[in-house]
Amino acid sequence: MSSDAEVRDYPFGEPAGIEVDPLFAKLRREEPVSRIRLPYGGEGWLVTRHEDTKLVLADPRFSRARTVDRDDVPRTTPEPARGGFLLNMDPPEHNRLRRLVALAFTSRRVERLRPRVQEIVGERLAEIERHGPPTDLVRSLALQVPIVVICEMLGVPARDQERFQDFSDAVLSTTAYTPEEILAVRTALQTYLADMVRRRREQPTDDLLGALVAARDDEDRLSEEELINLGIGLLIAGHGTTANQISNFTYVLLTRPGSWDLLRERPDLVPGAVEELLRYVEFGTGGSFAKVATEDVLVGGVLIPAGDAVFVNAQAANRDETVFDSPDEVDLLRQPNPHLAFGHGLHHCLGAQLARLILQVTIGSLVRHFPSLRLAVPAEDVPWKTGLLVRGPKALPVSW
Amino acid sequence: MTEQRWRIQIDKRTCIGSGLCIGISPDHFRLVDGRSEPRAESVTPDDLVLDAAEFCPVEAILVRAENTMTILAPQQ
Repeated sequence: MSSDAEVRDYPFGEPAGIEVDPLFAKLRREEPVSRIRLPYGGEGWLVTRHEDTKLVLADPRFSRARTVDRDDVPRTTPEPARGGFLLNMDPPEHNRLRRLVALAFTSRRVERLRPRVQEIVGERLAEIERHGPPTDLVRSLALQVPIVVICEMLGVPARDQERFQDFSDAVLSTTAYTPEEILAVRTALQTYLADMVRRRREQPTDDLLGALVAARDDEDRLSEEELINLGIGLLIAGHGTTANQISNFTYVLLTRPGSWDLLRERPDLVPGAVEELLRYVEFGTGGSFAKVATEDVLVGGVLIPAGDAVFVNAQAANRDETVFDSPDEVDLLRQPNPHLAFGHGLHHCLGAQLARLILQVTIGSLVRHFPSLRLAVPAEDVPWKTGLLVRGPKALPVSW
Repeated sequence: MTEQRWRIQIDKRTCIGSGLCIGISPDHFRLVDGRSEPRAESVTPDDLVLDAAEFCPVEAILVRAENTMTILAPQQ
């Protein structure tokens, strides 16, 4: 790479709604591995092609642990990455902790939750029906479903959900929260989880948190801090992301003519449609998390020197025209669909199968229950969140 | 004492190409046309192979003891 290559500020800008910056397509074509400058910590590399993205995400020569507590690693958030979380670990620590929870999130185990998820969604839809149109789908459905599912899995009372409703937004904040606010939120969440753990020591439970407490106390397989952080990670990662995607997916389906009708007539297409929406709507705004090369690595013909930070972007990879025909079109029948919405490699989303289940049940039920659903405001008037690593509407007013 | 060996099988129809197994142990697994396959079906025991089978989101990887065919991972 020539030394005069342009260094671009990254992320490229606050995205409008679910739009994808056209610069990603240009980079994929002309400069698939490019130099970027992050708001904090300096410069790094951005990889935009599908194949190169998979390499960076799966190759053990790229480390997440090397970003922890390092102020000189480029990032979108004011604070450096924190230790103790699965996402920020390399093997063997990552594997030791993931072993404790992986089984609970396999397709086979998650599928057992389908009737309960269906019930939770059904209750929300009945409530919406009772109130009558219009409704804000963000508040009345999207924020309600995933949090209840993950709370029940963990064994945390769903009635406490208001206490951590904002937690995931704060943790994923770039500018929407001050560092003091983020710290306060994190401390509150740690205290809350510590209390949940204490209760399980007095009264053992058979939920996921109870199993983790037993793994700590009976088998010494993780530290107290790791236990609390794992609980926080499951709680945070488990609801905000999926909630945003319920809103985003509904928005896309209601603003692409024929989509809602197609799914109404062909409910068997819902699982494939969810995959296409996962590909099309990247819930991240572009920040993602850096990986640091532990040795010199060749990516897409460019030498990444040891110690350099590399960013990938699923929305760039998922629009790669060499992998997906007409990548900027929503094609609910798309097959195959090797999108990278859940990442790839060692850190492939632990909750991927659970998220798929929740999204399938929620979208499928919504279409069945409200066949005439439509936006209650012009599409351009839907308000979007800003200043976060995740994207989603602040409100989604719908009628029927 | 004969040397114990393990056998790795991958159900390609179940595999979703998450890349988890490749991320855990590129020495044992590789992606071919977006699906995982073992580099060798018979291997010397290595905990990373068990992790790969345990972490697979769709449990597409089966690890067995070669002499007894006992399932070592994933947990049933």
